Amino acid sequence: MKKKSRRATSSNAFLVAVSAVFLGLIGGAVLMALIGSNPFTGFYYLFRGGLMNIERVGNTLATATTLMLVGLSVAFAFKTGLFNIGASGQMLIGGLCATLVAHKVFLPRPLFLVVLIASALIGGALWGVIPGFLKARFNVHEVVATIMMNWIAYWSIYYFVPAYLKGPSLETESASIAVSQSLRAPWLTKLFNGSYINYGFFIAIAAVIIIRFILDKTTLGFGLKAVGSNRFCAEYAGIKVNRNVIISMMIAGSLAGLAGLSFYTGYSRNMQIGVLPAQGFDGIAVALLGASNPLGVLFSSLFFGVLQSGKGFMNAMTSVPPEIADSIIAVIIYFTATSVLFQRFWDRVTRYRRSRHPEQSEEE
Amino acid sequence: MSHVIEMLNIRKEFPGIVANDDITLQVREGEIHAILGENGAGKSTLMSILFGLYHADRGVIKVRGKEVHIHNPNDANDLGIGMVHQHFQLVQNFTVTENIILGKEGGFFLDRKSASRRIAALSAQYGLNIDPDMVIEDISVGMQQRVEILKMLYRDANILIFDEPTAVLTPQEIVDLIQIMRNLVKEGKSIILITHKLAEIKEVADRCTIIRRGKLIGVVDVDDTSVATMASMMVGRPVSFKVEKKPAQRGRDILEVRDLNVLNNKRLLGVKGFSLTVKAGEIVGIAGVDGNGQSELIEAITGLRPIESGSVIVDGNDITHADVRRRNEVGVGHIPEDRQKRGLVMSSSLADNVAVKEYYRPPFSKRGILDAAYLGDYAQEVIDRFDVRSGEGIYSLAGKLSGGNQQKLIVGREISGASELLIAVQPTRGLDVGAIEYIHSQLVAHRDKGYAVLLVSFELDEIFNLSDRIAVMFGGELVDIVKTEETNEDEVGLMMAGIARKEGRR
Repeated sequence: MKKKSRRATSSNAFLVAVSAVFLGLIGGAVLMALIGSNPFTGFYYLFRGGLMNIERVGNTLATATTLMLVGLSVAFAFKTGLFNIGASGQMLIGGLCATLVAHKVFLPRPLFLVVLIASALIGGALWGVIPGFLKARFNVHEVVATIMMNWIAYWSIYYFVPAYLKGPSLETESASIAVSQSLRAPWLTKLFNGSYINYGFFIAIAAVIIIRFILDKTTLGFGLKAVGSNRFCAEYAGIKVNRNVIISMMIAGSLAGLAGLSFYTGYSRNMQIGVLPAQGFDGIAVALLGASNPLGVLFSSLFFGVLQSGKGFMNAMTSVPPEIADSIIAVIIYFTATSVLFQRFWDRVTRYRRSRHPEQSEEE
Repeated sequence: MSHVIEMLNIRKEFPGIVANDDITLQVREGEIHAILGENGAGKSTLMSILFGLYHADRGVIKVRGKEVHIHNPNDANDLGIGMVHQHFQLVQNFTVTENIILGKEGGFFLDRKSASRRIAALSAQYGLNIDPDMVIEDISVGMQQRVEILKMLYRDANILIFDEPTAVLTPQEIVDLIQIMRNLVKEGKSIILITHKLAEIKEVADRCTIIRRGKLIGVVDVDDTSVATMASMMVGRPVSFKVEKKPAQRGRDILEVRDLNVLNNKRLLGVKGFSLTVKAGEIVGIAGVDGNGQSELIEAITGLRPIESGSVIVDGNDITHADVRRRNEVGVGHIPEDRQKRGLVMSSSLADNVAVKEYYRPPFSKRGILDAAYLGDYAQEVIDRFDVRSGEGIYSLAGKLSGGNQQKLIVGREISGASELLIAVQPTRGLDVGAIEYIHSQLVAHRDKGYAVLLVSFELDEIFNLSDRIAVMFGGELVDIVKTEETNEDEVGLMMAGIARKEGRR
């Protein structure tokens, strides 16, 4: 009975997310109707674009992979009361480290993959731990610090890629990584009919499980959450607040580094200069819709993955511009951010149901 | 005699708890009507319904005989109902006038001058003694409360709700407030007073509605009813006001504080050359007016504030510069002054809150992995033993508990941790008689098990009731330390003003 009451609150968080998605889709439908398109055909091709065949499903999963890892990064920092807006920079550095390894390190495949993953992890962690340290030591707000780190990463790529990783033809992007040196796997590519899906997807799933485990089952997660929920109480209880801030940013950074890995050595196989990856910010939306819960992040990233990868097809088949998909995401975020309203609504529904069925009520 | 307010058969439910179960409240014109009940009995819920913050599931509200629907505080204001909240709702860097007219600015142009004149007039009429041009952050808590009262008067409220008004006041300010309440009634206002302090009800109220666990217990005329009767109606059993305790069995030194110097937030010495020893099996009370270095002393002992010089030794371990966790392990338990800010994580479950200090070590966790089953069982034990009432047991969020239950949870956590030295700061602030009695008895029981207790309280009653010895602090210094049976409240009161005891009596 007590387990049930716990579930009741989290299921309301789920209902809130579903309501936000539903209203987002309605918002998108209204926009489509306003520009004179048929919303039903629009949505039909949007979802068809993401899911119509095995190749498209693979691409959707590959898109979702990056979002999932960034979403986890943002969600994890949220749990410690930090706002990691620097996932883009952490992605870039993680991706840069991985790209360097992919071009320069030659090892047996399993060992190589370990080194590749570790390099991205460390690169991202470094980019996260610096703002974490600045916050802990000098109380520099992490939003400011991470944004500046984004631009440091951006300009570092500007220098590093042409200087050390230049491709044969283009000045603005790195040489393409050989498939055997990337996260792509021939069996996966074949299974999904030549799609972009790669080992990154499994890394992301593993990350979801590990992060969920850390937050729910470990003393590390307990301390991090205590600091995030009430740092004064954490301090009083003997939990080292500053150390937890640094650890939290380090883990968040390494997750975003893994997102860079999956994006630059899996989804694509090169790095372009002058691009701050938008996924770093989309991840905030993923974390928000997923209520900063690892499983929530899993589902919300899959959903956003469908929208992202289906919007091109929708645009090709109808007169609906791809920006509609982005608008749908925006509307969803808007409704998630005002989720208090839904929370109240669903709480009221729950209470009403309970009063109607007193035998199910949880009073003592 | 006509009723200004009638709340008939009010019912209000929250998930897992019936906060108000068929409660009826009738307030007569021109009376001070007290609502008495333990924390969590449903007083605040009832008033929140009257003020439009909650909506009753069932029941009728009548104002001056006419049925009304109050949807929000504005409706309540329009009906002439005003409320002084326990936590003031004032903008710190605004003046009194600006705060009062906030939301009632009138037209496009701000007419501070005439507003200020009206406020001065109201202040004079009711003897509130407030300068409308003072800035809130510069005035005392008692004056801030009078600003809240003025705010209601400015809005022409004639039914005034006071929610635990004396919780934040000094004894002198309480005397003033009681006078103000009498003035208000004399000018034709009606007052609803929510409190659990029986002495105040006895002094100022005409009638008293008593509720317990969401149910109406009775309405009594205060003059014809003894304090003891009201207390037992409130708690549901006879209450003793005197703490029963045996003489102290003093053991070895547990806490030794030597020549302690600690800086306060203004970077000045808040604690100066302070020395104190607390032995096993005794309660030492620190008496003093708020702000005389008690907070700094306690924070220094518990590791929340760095020590400039001097030393702190607990049970033979020098912890002068140890971190908080080391202090916990040495056996320092701490019931903090601000339970909501320091003591609990409001958005976490009771189970997590019970474990917040010890989660990292066996048997709460092994090799970094939490033992959820043990955590749950342990929390259940603490909750059962300390009678923490909540809607959803160990899964309830700490923020959903009433103040008394939050405090019981903290006391339970600290006492269950078997602290060699238990530091209790204002352990019963804002609590009702039943909870106070309970927490006092727990502190004495902890002493009787042979542990040391250091108590800080601004209530002399509490100090005298519990302490075996009394240390008086003034201006960051120890004025004197005396045995409780060899002193009295007058003497300690003088020492609290910095006047040392006469020589030769020691």
